[in-house]
Amino acid sequence: MPPLTLPPPFPGYGLGLRRDHYRDFLETRVPVDFVEVISENYMIDGGQPLHILRRVRERHPVALHGVSMSIGSADGLKPEYLQRLKTLVDDIEPLFVSDHLCWTRIDGFNSHDLLPLPYTEEALDIVCDNIDKAQNVLGRAMLFENPSSYLAFDGSMSEWEFLAAMTRRTGCGLLLDVNNVYVSASNHGFDARAYLRGIPAERVRQIHLAGHSQGRDLLIDTHDSPVVDDVWDLYAAAIALTGPVATMIERDDHIPPLAELLRELDIARRFGMKEAA
Amino acid sequence: MILAELQRDFSSWLLHASDETAGRIGVAGDPGLAVYQNNYRAQLVGCLEESFPQLRAWMGHDAFLYAAVTHIDRHPPHAWTLDAYADNFGRTLADLFPRNPDIHELAWIEWALTAAFVARDAEPVAAAELATLDWDATRLRFTPSLQTRRATSNAADIWRAMREGKERPEGEMLAEACGLIVWRRGFVSCLHAVDMLEHEALGQMQANGSFSALCEMLVERLGESEGIARAGSMLAGWIGSELITGVDNGPHQHALHN
Repeated sequence: MPPLTLPPPFPGYGLGLRRDHYRDFLETRVPVDFVEVISENYMIDGGQPLHILRRVRERHPVALHGVSMSIGSADGLKPEYLQRLKTLVDDIEPLFVSDHLCWTRIDGFNSHDLLPLPYTEEALDIVCDNIDKAQNVLGRAMLFENPSSYLAFDGSMSEWEFLAAMTRRTGCGLLLDVNNVYVSASNHGFDARAYLRGIPAERVRQIHLAGHSQGRDLLIDTHDSPVVDDVWDLYAAAIALTGPVATMIERDDHIPPLAELLRELDIARRFGMKEAA
Repeated sequence: MILAELQRDFSSWLLHASDETAGRIGVAGDPGLAVYQNNYRAQLVGCLEESFPQLRAWMGHDAFLYAAVTHIDRHPPHAWTLDAYADNFGRTLADLFPRNPDIHELAWIEWALTAAFVARDAEPVAAAELATLDWDATRLRFTPSLQTRRATSNAADIWRAMREGKERPEGEMLAEACGLIVWRRGFVSCLHAVDMLEHEALGQMQANGSFSALCEMLVERLGESEGIARAGSMLAGWIGSELITGVDNGPHQHALHN
């Protein structure tokens, strides 16, 4: 099979489509360039959620963002999962299809959490093999998101070196979650800007921005609050390297009215305009 | 450490949180371990709370949490979708509260309504399409969202009162058992109580689709005149409720829909 081509950059600003805002997106013209949905919420047989997604798709490009592919599973990917995702991809014709650099499942046990990988040559081989299989089934290049993590295993490379090698070997792209870089840098004591310089900026096609919380010992990626100033600063540093790419605010808990999220998205727009100038 | 071993040990730690497993993973004492343990359990409890809001209100927070934690310990998740985790919560509830049919039936109602909400789409058959059928050869098909069960408590009344924000009735046993049916009409999941004869009739129709066989069964139970009349009224009700979504005719199994 010939190498899969990464979709071109899409310099726009978007939001995650959440149930609380369905009505806004169906009945008003929401000023976003794209929306992102959690793939698994729509990998269903029928009913209203799929109907709504198709109607939203008529108005906005849609990015599919998964949480259950488990690209780092040592026992491989689940064919049923891939087929369901492919059905959704063929239906929606998304802007991007993404998931996380993590594992969620082994031997039939599914944690439904984004668990960390050791950054070793063996893990790299397994992840790349799984990405090749997923991309072949879907017939398109995927994006993988850097995770936020709360512990780190001994490994032979840094996370950014792992991501760089992974994109080189598989042709996949990156979904850069700036808040995750900030959270993991704080939790593990690495330099967030060195991380940004270490990833292949030309492979980044989408950026996530989100809020986090201070846990007892660690920062926790909670997606339940506005983006903090330090993360905005890191975002500015990121787009200086990547150029204009699709940027969105992720909010999964304590979801405010849409207008509040749009105001937060305008901050990202202003950073983008400043960078372009 | 080999990745597969690490992932098995980490899974084991999420399930049992033993110090020995944490040691094998090589991160014993790391505060991050507790974060993952908390994420795992909180996510599953949250899934059950979101799937059974009325049941939780009916049971009370502490009893529901006890059932959820027991379920999480007994039945680790296997499916790729978190939504499926609610599927067999009823089994745990039946084990923990064997004498509480109100709890079992409320749980079934909420689970069935959710399942119907995302079931496969199927267009209902209009009454006019059934007008000229050869009933001896006809097989009716019901909407893929249809689920039925026998009920002995007033769980359906409790559920309705709670959903509408009205004062909920005391839990009580019904004078006679009834059938509960759940299905989706358009995009709306519906709950309806039927008598046991209709419950049995629906079960038979879902199994073989034969309306003439149903007529035979009802004639045997109710006599010729009343049996045929009841079959006709049931059919009219099912058509009106958009439960019938396909008709197969004779050996060629021509489908109008679905």
